[in-house]
Amino acid sequence: MKKKRLITRTIILAVMALAVGYTLYANMNKDKNQKIVIGKPAPDFVLVDMEGNKHRLSEYKGQGVFLNFWATWCKPCEREMPYIENQYQQFKDQGVQVLAIDSGESELAVNRFIERKGMTFPVMIDEGPVQAAYGINPLPITFLIDKEGNVVRSHTGELDEKTVRDFMEQIKP
Amino acid sequence: MNEVKCECGHINPQGTILCESCGRVLEDKEKEKQLVDMRYEGSARRSQTYNKTIIDKIWNFFSSVKVGVWLIIILLVASSLGTIFPQEMYIPPVMPAWEYYEEQYGWLGKLYYDLGFHNLYSSWWYLLLIAALGISLVIASLDRVVPLYRSLKNQRVSRHESFLKRQRMFSTSDAVLTDEAVGKIKENLTKKRYKLREENGDILAEKNRFSRWGPYVNHLGLIIFLIGGMLRFVPGMYVDEILWLREGETKAIPGTEGRYYLENNQFIFEVYDKDKDEEVFQDAINKAGTVVKNYQTDATLYQRQGEIVPGEKPELEKIRDQAIQVNKPLKIDGFALYQVDYKLDEMSKMAFKLENKETGDQFGDVTVDLYDPEMKYDLGKGYKVEVMSYFPDFEFNEDGEPATKSRIPNNPAFIFKMFTPENTEGEVSFVAIRQNLEPLGENDYKMTFAGIETKNVTALTVRKDHTLWIIGLGGLIFMIGVIQGAYWNHRRVWLRRINNQVWTAAHTNKNWHGLKRELEDVFSDSGIAAPEDQVAEEKKE
Repeated sequence: MKKKRLITRTIILAVMALAVGYTLYANMNKDKNQKIVIGKPAPDFVLVDMEGNKHRLSEYKGQGVFLNFWATWCKPCEREMPYIENQYQQFKDQGVQVLAIDSGESELAVNRFIERKGMTFPVMIDEGPVQAAYGINPLPITFLIDKEGNVVRSHTGELDEKTVRDFMEQIKP
Repeated sequence: MNEVKCECGHINPQGTILCESCGRVLEDKEKEKQLVDMRYEGSARRSQTYNKTIIDKIWNFFSSVKVGVWLIIILLVASSLGTIFPQEMYIPPVMPAWEYYEEQYGWLGKLYYDLGFHNLYSSWWYLLLIAALGISLVIASLDRVVPLYRSLKNQRVSRHESFLKRQRMFSTSDAVLTDEAVGKIKENLTKKRYKLREENGDILAEKNRFSRWGPYVNHLGLIIFLIGGMLRFVPGMYVDEILWLREGETKAIPGTEGRYYLENNQFIFEVYDKDKDEEVFQDAINKAGTVVKNYQTDATLYQRQGEIVPGEKPELEKIRDQAIQVNKPLKIDGFALYQVDYKLDEMSKMAFKLENKETGDQFGDVTVDLYDPEMKYDLGKGYKVEVMSYFPDFEFNEDGEPATKSRIPNNPAFIFKMFTPENTEGEVSFVAIRQNLEPLGENDYKMTFAGIETKNVTALTVRKDHTLWIIGLGGLIFMIGVIQGAYWNHRRVWLRRINNQVWTAAHTNKNWHGLKRELEDVFSDSGIAAPEDQVAEEKKE
């Protein structure tokens, strides 16, 4: 009798706790927009860079991809860009590709920024779909994608030169 | 010991106040009272009894009505806080949210943002409160409805004297009950739709017992309602997004995973016109100044063809043109797009003329698309303007350098380099609204402002809701419960022969006045006194 009561109560409470737990979990994920899972394939995308070349992420299989989301008005993005450029020079012959995706600004703003900072890796403008697919909210954010096309790591916020180097080392095929 | 055995032989759960079967008072404390407490039929509310394991403690916490009421009060206060300022999802995305709140509502707005009230209804603590209320509903109901059901099912016709005389409505008559009188009373009770049970010449008349389940049906409705709300978090069940679309712009409809695109051909904002519209509107127009007649987005709906890869230029197939007006949404594939907001006259293009400062001669027009400025504007004959920098939302940053706050042209500013036959090296000019600076020394030429072009922006709510029918069902059941409990009264009349007396007692869960009148009718001409109200001060119903 007593045991039965305990079991019934436990089951009812457990079912409700599960439902509440799921709701909170789903809600948190919705807020964070966590669309990227570490260890899982990175969402594919196609963008055209400032020179008119088409880049499709899935075509970089076999190389590590250092995927950086940025904007010209974002100060930390501006500060980390030279470090990425420097390290790109070191790693580009070792199979590491840098792709920088601007957050929907005008070509003018992006081109002037490239002139000023002297970036040589492909820079492209995304009007929103790619950022949505990656669940981008604050900038800058960097994703490391290995040669199999899986996301190894994501980093939100400014990078220093050492970290950029470590990151590229990590995805070197 | 888990059980209490009554003198009548019935076995009651521990904590029972009135025997489920005969109604004897089982608790000593209750014996001292003149009237018994008939709430839940004196049954053992299960939470009151055991308090041993942690599970029991949690259970008992949620079973308390007091806890439930506090949860409701806290939720009411919290929910009203969320309506002081608009929630984040409803503010125009022209600037970062914290900035918007501070700019619009001052320090209060900043506080509102800092406390997280801008996303109140999806905050974890708000959801926990709702969940706690849901749990409280389930447990409190279970804890009461099961014993109540047991008591009403087990009740015997012949109730014990101590039970009868402690009823609020009670009387004794020194009369012999003739068959004729009994027959009359029974007939009267049947006429009033009572259901009769007889045992040893004692009578129990009862009607509308189902009214007692009203509150629990009502709670069931609420729980279904909450389950519907919970299902909104299940992917694919619910979409509520906002789409800001400038005139001429085509964008993917959020929530459709890039399958559908919408183009805004034109946003129309019409007000009632004093001269053109019918006279009936005159008073309203005079009173309010402007009265809006129509908000409308002329839209074109497209479906994307082929494989969807984010970023790739979509291959779109037109589905149809449609005007979206308030309450006339565009519907596609379970999604509905409602007109919800707008922004008139957002700057889209800015025109300049290159002018010789001395002579005032002008050379060509430069029209800059504020969303996509060209790098160079060639005006011919050696005149050329280069845009060196563009700040859509201009400000001076901490270092005193020109910068932009966002990519929306709220306050556009440019650094132009002007090439003329006289100055083949170029002259630098900084141009913002009502500002024209020459940072690198005196120039011969300047960029004269020649006007702006504006565009309207529309905002549409994208809504898909597969939970609505569940929420509606919950609401319906809720209302059925309310009606069930409110419009019927559960009434019982007991009639017992004790020695040479006839005892009568009656109980109702509400509307004692109605019961009294009914009983006066039933017992009239029978020679037996109708049960009388024992509560000295008669409560007005």
